[in-house]
Formats: sequence, structure tokens, C-alpha cells
Amino acid sequence: MIGGLFIYNHKGEVLISRVYRNDIGRNAVDAFRVNVIHARQQVRSPVSNIARTSFFHVKRSNIWLAAVTKQNVNAAMVFEFLYKMCDVMAAYFGKISEENIKNNFVLIYELLDEILDFGYPQNSETGALKTFITQQGIKGQHQTKEEQSQITSQVTGQIGWRREGIKYRRNELFLDVLESVNLLMSPQGQVLSAHVSGRVVMKSYLSGMPECKFGMNDKIVIDKQGKGGVTDEAGKSELGGSGKQAIAIDDCTFHQCVRLSRFDSERSISFIPPDGDYELMRYRTTKDIILPFRVIPLVREVGRSKLEVKVVIKSNFKPSLLAQKIEVRIPTPLTTSGVQVICMKGKAKYKASENAIVWKIKRMAGMKESQISAEIELLPTNDKKKWARPPISMNFEVPFAPSGLKVRYLKVFESKLNYSDHDVIKWVRYIGRSGIYETRC
Amino acid sequence: MPAVSKGDGMRGLAVFISDIRNCKSKEAEIKRINKELANIRSKFKGDKALDGYSKKKYVCKLLFIFLLGHDIDFGHMEAVNLLSSNKYTEKQIGYLFISVLVNSNSDLISLINNGIKNDLASRNPTFINLALHCIANVGSREMAEAFAADIPRILVAGDSMDSVKQSAALCLLRLNRTSPDLVPMGEWTARVVHLLNDQHLGVVTAATSLITTLAQKSPDDFKTSVSLAVARLSRIVTSASTDLQDYTYYFVAAPWLSVKLLRLLQCYPPPEDGAIRARLVECLESILNKAQEPPKSKKVQHSNAKNAVLFEAISLIIHHDSEPTLLVRACNQLGQFLQHRETNLRYLALESMCTLASSEFSHEAVKTHIETVISALKTERDVSVRQRAVDLLYAMCDRSNSKQIVAEMLSYLETADYSIREEIVLKVAILAEKYAVDYTWYVDTILSLIRMAGDYVSEEVWYRVIQIVINRDDVQGYAAKTVFEALQAPACHENLVKVGGYILGEFGNLIAGDARSSPLVQFNLLHSKFHLCSVPTRALLLSAYIKFINLFPEVKGTIQEVLKSDSQLRNADVELQQRAVEYLRLSCIASTDILATVLEEMPPFPERESSILAKLKRKKGPGVTLPDLEDQRKERGANVNGGSEHGASNSAATPSPPESAADLLTAAPTPTNRPRPVSSSSLLQPMLSPLSCLSSLSPLSSFAHQGTAATMSATAAGPLFQVSPSTSTDLLGLASPAPSTGGSLLVDVFSELHAPEQASAEAPAPPVADDNFSRFVCKNNGVLYENQLLQIGLKSEYRQNLGRMYVFFGNKTSTQFLNFSASVLCQEPLHSQLNIHAKPADPTVEGGAQLQQTLNIECVSDFVDAPVLNIQFRYGGTLQKMAVKLPITLNKFLQPTEMVSQDFFQRWKQLGAPQQEVQKIFKSKHSMDTEVTKAKIIGFGAALLDGVDPNPSNFVGAGVIHTKTTQVGCLLRLEPNTQAQMYRLTLRTSRDTVSQRLCDLLSDQF
Repeated sequence: MIGGLFIYNHKGEVLISRVYRNDIGRNAVDAFRVNVIHARQQVRSPVSNIARTSFFHVKRSNIWLAAVTKQNVNAAMVFEFLYKMCDVMAAYFGKISEENIKNNFVLIYELLDEILDFGYPQNSETGALKTFITQQGIKGQHQTKEEQSQITSQVTGQIGWRREGIKYRRNELFLDVLESVNLLMSPQGQVLSAHVSGRVVMKSYLSGMPECKFGMNDKIVIDKQGKGGVTDEAGKSELGGSGKQAIAIDDCTFHQCVRLSRFDSERSISFIPPDGDYELMRYRTTKDIILPFRVIPLVREVGRSKLEVKVVIKSNFKPSLLAQKIEVRIPTPLTTSGVQVICMKGKAKYKASENAIVWKIKRMAGMKESQISAEIELLPTNDKKKWARPPISMNFEVPFAPSGLKVRYLKVFESKLNYSDHDVIKWVRYIGRSGIYETRC
Repeated sequence: MPAVSKGDGMRGLAVFISDIRNCKSKEAEIKRINKELANIRSKFKGDKALDGYSKKKYVCKLLFIFLLGHDIDFGHMEAVNLLSSNKYTEKQIGYLFISVLVNSNSDLISLINNGIKNDLASRNPTFINLALHCIANVGSREMAEAFAADIPRILVAGDSMDSVKQSAALCLLRLNRTSPDLVPMGEWTARVVHLLNDQHLGVVTAATSLITTLAQKSPDDFKTSVSLAVARLSRIVTSASTDLQDYTYYFVAAPWLSVKLLRLLQCYPPPEDGAIRARLVECLESILNKAQEPPKSKKVQHSNAKNAVLFEAISLIIHHDSEPTLLVRACNQLGQFLQHRETNLRYLALESMCTLASSEFSHEAVKTHIETVISALKTERDVSVRQRAVDLLYAMCDRSNSKQIVAEMLSYLETADYSIREEIVLKVAILAEKYAVDYTWYVDTILSLIRMAGDYVSEEVWYRVIQIVINRDDVQGYAAKTVFEALQAPACHENLVKVGGYILGEFGNLIAGDARSSPLVQFNLLHSKFHLCSVPTRALLLSAYIKFINLFPEVKGTIQEVLKSDSQLRNADVELQQRAVEYLRLSCIASTDILATVLEEMPPFPERESSILAKLKRKKGPGVTLPDLEDQRKERGANVNGGSEHGASNSAATPSPPESAADLLTAAPTPTNRPRPVSSSSLLQPMLSPLSCLSSLSPLSSFAHQGTAATMSATAAGPLFQVSPSTSTDLLGLASPAPSTGGSLLVDVFSELHAPEQASAEAPAPPVADDNFSRFVCKNNGVLYENQLLQIGLKSEYRQNLGRMYVFFGNKTSTQFLNFSASVLCQEPLHSQLNIHAKPADPTVEGGAQLQQTLNIECVSDFVDAPVLNIQFRYGGTLQKMAVKLPITLNKFLQPTEMVSQDFFQRWKQLGAPQQEVQKIFKSKHSMDTEVTKAKIIGFGAALLDGVDPNPSNFVGAGVIHTKTTQVGCLLRLEPNTQAQMYRLTLRTSRDTVSQRLCDLLSDQF
């Protein structure tokens, strides 16, 4: 179990230190600072073992969060907790920064007391926490006994993530499918590795204790239904560029509200949603990925002091859709002494501090092509090392899911209150972003 | 970089540095640096030439980036260009960049050297200084090669400025340290000495450092420096501090110079000239006097400077070791420091006193401080100081105060730091033995030692107790009683059980009369410890039990029960099982007479050097610079203590079979399956063989074997067989290599080994190791010398009168050797006969690494002696010196000549003059194998001529010795006589000396 939790700023100064168990001494704080934050060589492993003590850390901008333990804990659990901790903090005071942490340190200690008990993670659902840890200080006096007992029964009850008696005039539901597509491509255009990791994020404003059911074009479900002779054509080829019906999901995880037993038996996703923002599921696919962009590089070395680079990008989706925030990053050799760039579209600039040419295009429709060419002057050095030619990377945002995932339905049932599925206003949105999207040159 | 003028401010650099300092994260810093590097690249790339200022600025930035830990792979050219600038600041930055960043194999090196050369030749002293600093900072071999010749010229040139001289001296010092061979000695050396008389104290200080280093290398060349140094010292010490202007540091006159001068004087023995000597004594006295004066300042710098001079003066006094009054005064002075507030001073005082204690003049004076030292031991907070206090107590111990010191060390042992416990234990054990008047005291001491620090008592310590108890009748009863009492403690250390088992097994009968320690009580007491002990101890206890059966027949039944039990008879450990089985049978079968004979009391051990002392020395060995009484004396060649001790410093050069082999008891159990020396009872031989395979490594198997061997023989030969005690001593002696003296089979390995060494110990040089020398007469490659630290291997090739030898120095330790130097010394007649040029070796040898040195050899004329390789290095803190005879022998220059029978005999007759022939008849030392002999003759260098001699079993060889001056033809004939195991060797050459030498060399080989 987690023995303690520390938060450091980028200099390694301790901002928050909470020790849960006696086996973690004061020197653990310094050990992590000395061996990880101030380490000579950048520590890349998220887990460090120092003197039989394990440190699990995540970094959020310039802030280090480190969980410490002397026991053999489930590392995945610890990281899940750390991420959750970040989410909770973000939900309370926004961006995690040194200043925010300093301004909210009382709150953070309060949260740490609540979500971690003797090193065991407790209910870390933001919605639930917000009912009794408020930013306006404790309102214990104002709370009635009833309210207090209500909180107790909610937090300790079966559905700890939702309280009873929620009422909305308008029952509304927002569903976002957020995906990030990762790619590594050879110079010849061969896909070396590609996968999509996606999230289904929801925001629900529903009254009472509604029962929801979520359906998507999961291959297993579609095939099963196909056998049964019932085919749902509703979601077919409405969005995105492909007409394929079903996608194969490699693995997925769900919010705790999803009834896993029912998913295991029927593969249907049914749940009582928390109120407000939450992440319903996370998934990963590796098959039949729609690659929104293709990068075609051309690098030519002219003598020892010159390099010519030409890069073509092609958008590969329906012409009606618009990709946004496109950025191509072309690395330059470490001996670059000057760069001339010509591009047809967007803006390109040599950024010396990053050793790269950055080419930005605001918008680009599908099935289009654009090109940049650059002349790089090199300074001959006595160092014989060859340039390693790092890959060209890309960033973008597209309004469809590159995995091909589609929402087939989202049904809401509330038996006690008087509203039906049709009365709920539902919003669905797809956003595909680039993860690590690289092409070798 | 202070903003000197508008042109020199380098605002860009300041802005850049402050940008970097303001970076919030590593990433931000890297971004800023990348941006700056791109900027500099575009600037350097730019077609228009940069002016000196911006060049300097960018080079500075690059340097700063490099110092932040980033790689820089350009800008070298620009930096080199800065060298030719005429502005001081630009030149300075150029030199700075070069000394930090340019590595020796860069292709720019010739440009750089050119720049430096120009500056060295310039009229501007600051430019010369910059160049000198650069040379010294880089200090590489290339630099030394290029400039070693120029610098002495600058140093002694009449018109050089003081600051230039100063830099030149230091630069030369640096080059001398890195590549001593490249710094030429020459006529300038004499003039360097006179720099000691220079007006400018800075020059004198720098020159003193240089001269000290040079004087260590070749003391004779710089002998004249002694009188100058004394004169200079006396001027500093006696002068009023006002006339030294800048060189008075917190009211102390030129402390650094004084320290250096005193150190220089330590390179030489006390001056012989009475006047100089008197002046030096006067100086030293006045330094000691000044220490007594009240401090002129309360500042710590004042006392530090004063004490630095004082301590250096004291170490000079100790080094000279000739002025009793000074020694006593120094000792008194140090005595005051023993209670000083400063920990460092106390440490230094204790350390210096350790060396003082070894001088005969001041030993008594040191002893007066015993109380203070003891209280230091008890109350000192710093462990290193306590360690020194222990050393000092050890050094000052003699017969008069040994009881007190031992008692104090024992009582300190209980609270001592773990790191030094083992050493204290060894020291106590040695002192107790060395100064024991009454051996009951000794036994008491060692037993309480084992009781208090059992874990730190090494095997040697308790072996030694047993040796002493067995050899001394008067303490045996007392020892048995004491041990018995000690064993009654509920928890005792295993070492105590071992001692107890051994002593009760031998002398239990002496206390059996008392009802409280009746045989059964003794046995039960021992057996109660049995199950808690490790296997070797149990084996020892079993042997003690069988001895009990002999001593006390009344407990026989009880002991047999114990031996019979499954836990013994079927013990998983083969040694225990064998002992149990054998002892059980022995006790059942043998009659009391046989038992009494077989299990007789152990015979006395031969008197010999304590193995503990060897252990202590080994432990301290290299790395720990404890001034040990014996070591010190050895090193100085004043062997006051006679030959009874041997110094660790010498042991390095000893042709040592490892000392462990010399340890009496550990030696005994080494596997016994090699041919053993003459035994009085050959009947026993076959009986021992099966046993020997099983013989354990238990330290006491000698004791056991006495029993087991006898068991076997008793069962086989019955009562007819008489086992004399000498058989068991024979077993003990097995490990010593072929003892030649029949009388005492157990030869003291030490006394043999050190006999030749003591002879050479008179000379200040370490003894010359030549044990592998003769092996190299007939071959060219192999391991010449090896000890715990160093292995020396050889590879050599010869052609006509020239030869080349590669000497490989292998560092066997994991720590590096510093100041490593190896030089070849040719004694007088050899000097003109053989030219040897040694390429200098690297001054450091990394741990585990190998260093190669090449020797070029030219034979001028025939010679007899062999050159000596002197090796010197610093390992840990101690200076190791050794000397090895190099196997360069006359026959190496012997080239084979093929000739037919007729020619051979013709020449043989020509060389008929009596002085040209040398004949030797000698006994064969090895088996007379024809092939081996042939190989040896060919290896010797001669051509082996077949079919020349009418007798086919004879060997005939011919060859020519090439020297620079002449060539000497050699003919040889070797006639073996297989029956008599004799050889007759005849050599005929045109020179009588050659004949004699070759005959000696070759006859040694058969």
C-alpha cells in the first residue's frame, strides 16, 4: 500500500508531503529529489527503487507527484490513483501548477486525507467528493443531520458516485469520442506501427437515478446480432470516411459505474451515470485505422554543407471534413547554420531552439495535398558523427474517429420519474487528434 | 567577467548567462542553448569575417555551454584564431578555450603549437605567461614534446621577468610530473638551483617546488640546493617579518616557502658541513621557539600557517633523526598539541608522535604523554583521531608500560568502532605476546580479548595462544583453569570454544583433580557448546573428546555414547563423520598403551615469528600509512631491531610464497597429496594417503591427524607400531617446500626467506628480486616478478647487438598506482658495457590495468652483471619501492652459426689457448632429458650442431656474440653423464671473460 505521497515543484522543493505509514521516513523525500529530480541523467522510468523503497511518479507540467512505498504494491493501482489524484485536483482548482498547489494546499491535504486512508485508496469520485469537501471551507455547521447522513449513505452505499434526488428541468446528455492516433511510418510509406487510443467522455445532466445503455459498432456485438438476423443500419456510414460497420476493440476499461458482469455476459454497456463530467470508457484499437494524413519526405544532401528537404502532406478523408491545427515538425541537423523555407500553404519557420522547422496550417480539407521545401545550410565540423535523422512528426485535429468507432445508441431509462428516452437531449461529437504521428525520413 | 571597458564588457554573454540562469526547467535551458548554438553557427558560417571582439564573445559562449555539460563540436578554429590576436583579453579567452576543450589528437594541434611558440618568443611577458599557463594546463605529452626544451631556457634566461620565471618553473614542474623523460636535464639544472637565491620570493617558491621534484629523481644533481635552502630558510625564519612585504601571511613569514624548503631538505640526509648544519639546527630551533610564543593574531589563518611550518619542521627533524635535543623538543611541542582544541592538530600531533616514538632518542619523551594519549583514546570524538591514538599507543609500548597500555586498549575495545576493532585486537595480541613477562598475564589478556571481541579475533590470534601454551609448561595448568572458567559463561564466542576445546583436550588433566572441574564436568561443559558451533569447531571438539578418552578413562563410556549417536556417525559433513567413526573405533579397539601413545600431548612448536605480526602488516599493507615501529626502521636502513622482524615494506619485494603458507597452523592442513619429505616412519606413508585426500581445511587437522593417522596405523599394524611424535610434526611440515634439514622438519619458512633480505636491508635500496632471473637465460618471454600488488611480465627480442624489451606492469589491485616510475639502473662496469634506453612509463596505472614500457638495449661490449629495474609507485598512501634484476644476459646477443664438423674442429683447435677455454663439471639439477637439453641450448642462442661430435649423446653448439665493438665467436660442448647425473660443459671463445660468463650462465640451466 502507498506509504506516502509527495508533491514537488520543478526545483525539487517539497510542496505537499503526506506520510501514511511509519515505514516511510523523512529521508525518503530527499531520496527522491536527489535520485530522480536532480539525477544527472534524466530518469525515464516512472518507477524508481531507492534503498528498498519504491517511488512511483507522474509529472504534470512542472510538478512531480510521487507515491512512496516500502511494500510490493500493485504498480498499476498506484498509477491509477496518481492519475485520479490529478483529475480530482484539476476538478477542484483547474490547472495543476506550482502556484495553484501552493494556494490550495489546505484543500489538497483535506483531499489526501479523504481519498487515501492508511495508504489504501478510497472513493476518489470528484462528484462525490465535492459534496463534502468544498472550496468554501467546511460547511459542517450549516449541514443538517439529514444531509450528513445522506452523504454517508451515498459514499458508503452501492452507488457511491451518484446521490439521490437530483433534478433537472432539461435532461441533457453530452457524449464525446476523443481519440488519439499514433503512427510510425517508413520513408517509403510503409506502416511500421499504428494504434489508436480513445476515450468516451460524458457529461450528464439527468434527473433521478437513470439507467443508461450505451451501444457502439463493436465487432463482437454486431456479429452476434447479425446471426440473430437483426441488423442496425442506423449508424452506417454517416460519419468519417469509411463505410465499414464494425471495429475490433483490443482492450478497454470502464468507469466504475458500468456493470461489468453484464458486459462480460452480454457485452452491453449499462450503467447509472455519475452527475457531471466523467470518463465512461477507454479503449485501444490497432486494426483498420484510418490514417488522416500521409507525409512524404524527401531529403537530399548536397555536399557537406547543404541539405535539401521537401515534404508533401496529403489529407486522406472525406473532402467535406476539415482538419484543424495542423503542424508538421521537420528536424534539422545539429550543425545547421541557416535555413530557407518555401511553402505553398500555411506558415513555416525554423526554430533554432528546438532544432526543427515548424510548419503550421490552420485548416485543410480532405483529399488535398500541400508541400514545403527547405534549404538547410550546414557548418562543417570536425566531428565525424553522422546526423541521426530523427523522424518528421505531425500534429492535427480531425472531426471523426480514426478508429472508425461509431455510437449506435445511448438509451436512458428512468422508471420512477416521468421522462422517457425521447425527452433527453443528446449530443454526440467525435474528435480525432494526433498522438505520436511520425514518419521517418 | 568584469566590465572593464565598453569593448570588453561582452554584454551578449552576460545576457545569455542570465537567460540560462533564469530558465525554469531543464527543457527551457536546452531550448535556449539550441537557439544560441544556431546563432553562433550562423555567425561563424557567415561570409564576412568576424571581428576579434565578437569572436571572443562567441567562443566564450561556447565555452560556457560546454561547461554546462553540452557537447561542442565547432568553434575550435575561431578559438585558435584568437591566439594570434594582440589583445590580452582575446588571447586569454583563446587559451582558455583551448586548455579546456581541445584534445590532444585534434588536427589543430600544430596550429595551436605554433601560436604558443610565437607567444613564448614574444617580448610581452603577459603573453609568455599565457602561453606557459596553457602548456601547464594542458600538460599533455605532445605539449611536453614540443616545448620541454624551450621552457628551461626561459626559466634561466637573465632577462626574464619574475612572473615569467615563476610561471616557467611551475610549468616545467607540471611537465616533469606528466612526462619526466621528456624534460631534458642539462646545464640549466645548476642554474635552477641558484633561483633559490632569487630576489623575488614568488620565484623562489615556484623554484623550490620544481627542485624538490627534480631532487627526488636525481638527488646528486641538486645536492648544492641544500646549503642554499638552509640559507634561505634561515633568512626567512630569523628575519623580522616586515621585510617580506607581500609574503607575510597573517604575521607568519612566507609560510608556503618555508614548508617547501623544509620539504626539499627532507630529500637529503642531514648536511655534513658543520656550519650549514648548525645553521639548520638554529632554524629548526627558532621555528620550535616561535611555536611557544603567544600568537600574534587570533585568526585561525595565523595559527594554521604557523603550525604548518612547525609540523613540516618536525617531520624534517624526524627525517634527520640525529639531533636528540630537537627530537625531544619536537615531542614536547607535539605533547602540547595533544590537548589542543583543534581536532586536526590533535590528529597531526598523534600521527607525528607515532614516527617520533620509533626514534631511539625520543622514544622516552613520547612515553611521557601516555596518559594524554589514553584519555584521547577514550574521549576523542573523531574516529580517525582515535585510530591514530591506538597507533601511537602501539608504537610507544615497551616493557615498562605494556601492561598499562594493553589494559587500556582492552578496555577501549568494548566501545571501539567496528572499523578498527580487528586492528586493535591484533595489536593487543602482539603487544601482549611481545612484552609478556609472565605468561598467565598473556593468557588472561588473550582470553579476555576473545571474550570481548570474539568476532574480530582472527584465526592467527588463537593459533598463537595455543602455540604459546603448548610450548610453555608453566602456564598450561593456569590456562586450562582459566579456559574452563571462561567456558562457564552462558554464551561464549566460538573462538573461545576452539581455544577451550584444544587446551582442555591437551591439559584437562591438570585441573581434573578439583571436584568442580572433574573430567565429566569438563566434558559436559564442552559438549554443551558443541551444537552451537560450526563444523570446523565441532571437528576440533571431537578431537578433544578422543583426547579426553586418553586422559580420563572414566569418561570413556559417556564419550563413546556421544560418538555413537547418529548425529555424529551419520553426520552429513564428511569430516565430522570420518572423525566420529575413526575415533569411535580407536577408542574401542586400541589398548590404553596405544591410546596413550597415539594421543600423546602435542609436542612443542618450534619457536618462530608470530604469524599475527605478519597478519597485522598484511592488513595494514598498502593503503594504510600507519607508521609502524619496525617498518620505519627498515625504511631508514637503520636496522636497530636486528633481523628478527621483517618489514611490510620489504615483504613486497620478497620472493614470497604467500605469507599464509608460512603461518604455522594454516600451513599444516594444505592438501597433503604431494610427495612429502623424508619421514621417519615410512610405514605410515601408505596409510596416510587415503586420509590425505579427505584431509579437511580445518585449521586443526594437524591435531586431528595425529589421532586419525594413528588410528589407521594402529588398526593395521597393531601394538607393534610405534608412532613417534615426529610423525605429526612431519604432517605439519608438509607445506614447507622440501626442508633440507633432517632434524627439525618444520622449517621456519620465514627465517629462510629473510636471510638474504636482511643482508641487503643495510643498503637503503629495496632488495633486488632475482628469483626468476635464471629462467630467462634460455627464453625471452614470461613473468619476471609477481607480488600481491604488481605483476611484471617480459617480452623481448634481440638482433645482433641490439635488443628490445617490453616490460608489462600489471596492477593486480583495484586501486590505481600513482607516481609510477620504472627506471633501469646499470652499476658501474655495466654502465659502459650496455646502453639501455627506457621509454618513460605513464605515471598512473589504473586498477586492473596493464602498463607497457619499452627498453631499447645496445650491447657495447661483453658484460657480466645484469641491470636492475627500479620500480617506485604510490599505492594508497604508501610509497612502494622494488627492484628487479632484468634478465639481460650476455647470451642474448649470441647469434647461432651453422657449421660442419670440419670447420667446427678447426676452430675448436684455433681457440686452444688455456685462457680461452672454460670447463665446468657439475651435477644435474633437473632430469637429463635430451630434448629439453637441446631446447635449452637453442634457447641459449647457439646453433645446435648435429653429427659433429663422435659421441651422439654429446651436444655441440656454435654462435657469435655481437657487441658494438667486437664480435666474439663461441663454441660449446656439453657432455652428459647419465649414470652419475653429471654434466661437463666446455666453452671456447676468443675472450676469456666471455667464456667464463657463458659457462656460468649455461651451467646454471641444467
